[in-house]
Amino acid sequence: MLEFMEGSHAVAEIVKRCRPQVIAAYPITPQTHIVEDLAQMVANCEIDAEYITVESEFSALSACLGASAAGSRVYSATTSQGLALMFEVCFNAAGMRQPIVMTIANRSLGAPLSIWNDQQDSISLRDSGWLQFYAEDNQETVDLHMIAYKVCEDHDILLPAFVCFDGFILSHTYEPVAIPTQEEVDAYLPAFNPYQRLDAENPLSFGMYATPEYYMEFRYEVDRAQQRAKDAFIKAGREFGEQFGRDYSALVEGYRLEDADTALVAMGSICGTAKDAIDEMRDAGKKVGLLKIRTFRPFPAQEIAAALSGVSTVAVLDKNISLGSGGAVGTEVKAALYGSGISVYDYIIALGGRDVRKRDIAAVVDLAEKGEGDMFYGLRTEVL
Amino acid sequence: MAEVEGGCAEGGCELFSAGHRACGGCGPALAARLLLKATGKNAILVASTGCMEVFSTPYPETAWGVPWIHSLFENAAAVASGIEASLKRQGRSEKVVCVCGDGATFDIGVLCISGAFERGHDITYICYDNEAYMNTGIQRSGATPYGASTTTSPAGSCSLGNIHRKKDMPAILAAHGAPYVATASIAYPNDFVQKVERAINTPGPCYIQVHTPCCTGWGFEAGETLAMGKLAIETGLWVNYEMVNGVVEKAKKVRRKPVEEYLAKQKRFRHLFKPTRQDDMIAQIQAIADANAERFGIDIKRKESSE
Repeated sequence: MLEFMEGSHAVAEIVKRCRPQVIAAYPITPQTHIVEDLAQMVANCEIDAEYITVESEFSALSACLGASAAGSRVYSATTSQGLALMFEVCFNAAGMRQPIVMTIANRSLGAPLSIWNDQQDSISLRDSGWLQFYAEDNQETVDLHMIAYKVCEDHDILLPAFVCFDGFILSHTYEPVAIPTQEEVDAYLPAFNPYQRLDAENPLSFGMYATPEYYMEFRYEVDRAQQRAKDAFIKAGREFGEQFGRDYSALVEGYRLEDADTALVAMGSICGTAKDAIDEMRDAGKKVGLLKIRTFRPFPAQEIAAALSGVSTVAVLDKNISLGSGGAVGTEVKAALYGSGISVYDYIIALGGRDVRKRDIAAVVDLAEKGEGDMFYGLRTEVL
Repeated sequence: MAEVEGGCAEGGCELFSAGHRACGGCGPALAARLLLKATGKNAILVASTGCMEVFSTPYPETAWGVPWIHSLFENAAAVASGIEASLKRQGRSEKVVCVCGDGATFDIGVLCISGAFERGHDITYICYDNEAYMNTGIQRSGATPYGASTTTSPAGSCSLGNIHRKKDMPAILAAHGAPYVATASIAYPNDFVQKVERAINTPGPCYIQVHTPCCTGWGFEAGETLAMGKLAIETGLWVNYEMVNGVVEKAKKVRRKPVEEYLAKQKRFRHLFKPTRQDDMIAQIQAIADANAERFGIDIKRKESSE
């Protein structure tokens, strides 16, 4: 049954049904509605969870790490500066193989201070070992939370995950969403079964230090788990489709790509705008399609290469920039298509909440087809 | 001594294994051993990055006979908050005990500690205070005493070492409403063990700051560790006391010795005596001991001749 609700509320509703036992979170725009809703659910005894009102995002993730190590399913949510404050704990949680699920309401990073959307925050953590899933709309946001817990807690994976949805654009937008019932979620997501836990009956040491004889192998194991997460995601996404009728068995998803000459590549809510723009361009006779990346980590390089094998030009929409280099998604897509002969152009777009309209998407396609790219799109040159 | 079960005997548990990598004469290593005698097996230890963490857990070896976790330098109190919440939810009985150095406690970890104590988690936080960042090579921390020479507060031709007074962490944590705050010294092992037992059995966040002389960082012979701890107490530069609900209940009384007896035995204070004796500085340090004695009432009054 579809219900009309705010994106943040939809996240809280699905998190409730995923039955986290410990929640630790700190307020930050545009994530705050999620943890407010969860706090109210705990206050109403709708969730049987400990809710820790920590004094910083740094402590939010640290508390989640401890609770997870002690054997509880945990949850947190953050964005932007809060995620930046968690940087150190992020690397640590992945290295310690704790299956923490955290929602990121994507937002830009200061300076200058901006509360509006881009994807700089989570993308800047791309090397941390966290799985990163990006949602196009609020239904996908809801569904990816269930999939994330299933993938993270798989004993062959044991990695934490970001479920990313665009701040304000999705978090504060009301859309019709199907929220599965508790029974349906329970049927999909089994109770938490920790691989190891802090336990006086079986004393283990967690988080020891490693000399050069051991450190590299620990990092290798995390990378292997990331690679295995591709199959685990596909399996969990297929099972989801079988139960709920919405299929997530692909790491990337094509839209009108079959006979396309030019392909856009993007992540998150901008894909919706791109699809509408593509429909209009198709009506005007242009052979344009879209490849949506759902899992930025693990990065689906082979899947991207296979999906784009028939196109001649690729335009990547990057809502982030690795300053001094280029957009992170564009850089990795170029690497994935290396040697293919396909022209790949990168566009830094929509930073700090700059609006993107259908005609902007069409303009990017025109630029790519003219061979103009690797640039900021939509700069207001009059204020430079 | 009869073995009760596992590493526990009539004299307490021996759950901190020999064979770790601490220096000979390491004060913190003794604190770890005594700490586990007090906690027994039903505890989960949370460590900060630091000497104790490094010397006790070089992968794949561990000295800890109880569940132990280390995450980062500054987040032990937050990690412990999460563990405590998880155990509460699961209905489990293990005691959650942080064991962190003075840098992790006085400086970089204050935010997390303040949050955990304000929220009232049922945890015990032990600070092993060796009065500087020893793991990185003896840099000053907020716990370094006035006048001590460290690698970042070195004595020099225009410096007499650390110019800052030691931060009063017990008072800060008592001000958070901690039901039990205590100081202890490894030189008085039974007292330390009893204080840990009291702390872990007191509901709410409790704090113990245990003085752990560091022969490497302070510059004294490895066999003098306990003697150095005793001298700190006997000069009044370290006071062992208990605060219950913010009120000092008990402080160890001493017949005080001049601070010089303590200072002169340590390389970190050598610049106060050589090449020239720094009477002003020694007098200022004596004044710190005198103020401690006044505040905690530790002086044993000499009996009147008429009595």
